[in-house]
Amino acid sequence: MIQFDPSLPIYLQVVNALKKEIIAGRIGAGGKLPSGRDLALMYRINPNTSVRVYQELERQGVCFTKRGLGTFVREDGELVPKLRMEMAEDFLRSFLKNMEELGFSRQEIARKILEED
Amino acid sequence: MLETRGLTKKYSGVTALEDLSFTLEKGKIYALLGPNGSGKSSWMRLAAGIDAPNAGEILLDGKRIDASDRARISYMPTEAIFYSWMSVRDVGRYYRDFFPDFSEERFEALLGLMELEGRMSIKQLSTGMAAKLRIAAAMSRRAELYLLDEPLNGIDLIARDHIMEAVIGSMRDDAIMLLSSHLVEETESFISQAIFLRNGRLLEICDAEKLREESGKSISERYRELYR
Repeated sequence: MIQFDPSLPIYLQVVNALKKEIIAGRIGAGGKLPSGRDLALMYRINPNTSVRVYQELERQGVCFTKRGLGTFVREDGELVPKLRMEMAEDFLRSFLKNMEELGFSRQEIARKILEED
Repeated sequence: MLETRGLTKKYSGVTALEDLSFTLEKGKIYALLGPNGSGKSSWMRLAAGIDAPNAGEILLDGKRIDASDRARISYMPTEAIFYSWMSVRDVGRYYRDFFPDFSEERFEALLGLMELEGRMSIKQLSTGMAAKLRIAAAMSRRAELYLLDEPLNGIDLIARDHIMEAVIGSMRDDAIMLLSSHLVEETESFISQAIFLRNGRLLEICDAEKLREESGKSISERYRELYR
């Protein structure tokens, strides 16, 4: 279970949750992803949303579907480093946006990060 | 497909539903939303073939619903529906005798999920356990239409989790699932569409994911906008 933000598309939130699972190595390269029904139960989402989650992950080149067998993580050594960088950049952008809205300059932000322990 | 067309229902002269029309599709989970007195339970009783309308009709795959359709509709009312002298196991037998689409195997599996035991007696069950038993029985049928009246009301968080799991796990492409609820937030993550009623009339039907994508709003926010 994850805590959803109810004003953002659910399928994107589940896509991100699965990417984190892959980055953390809880689902490895070539590993099988849950069936659509199991994914729906795990995240308490609509089974139709599961279909959309896998379509999106496929579109982004994260996984592929073998007919009748299920959905699997692509076996690509570059995948995890790439996903990790992409997600890190997303977090960084939203962090910077929030800080800048508070009136901090890039230098002040950099200093605060270094001072933080 | 479930079509409601120009439906009007009066109870002793008081209008509960007025010229209500909307269509539901298979493979989707619907939440029927609205404040008390908006007509949710009245519509459900008509869709279940329990009451008859004063005007208009409800069609399930083109056939007008009447009492004979209870065999293909699994309806769960809010009130207690089992005799107090029954055991949990007796409820399964009772359903098996009444409904040809009842699966004992599925019932056993759901009892396991719900942490209910066959030998428990109905009169010993807490409110939450009784609600879980009603869901287990309703979901053990392979019906074409599931109508659940307030399945999440008045029960604890864990029992709610179990009920939502049973609902999601019972979903099929060839069935329509509909639940009414006051607990809008609880249903947001798994419903396909929300049907908003007010004073027995349709306000709006909206696709949950489309609402989030196109306007960045949750179903709860939409609810507040419509009823405030």
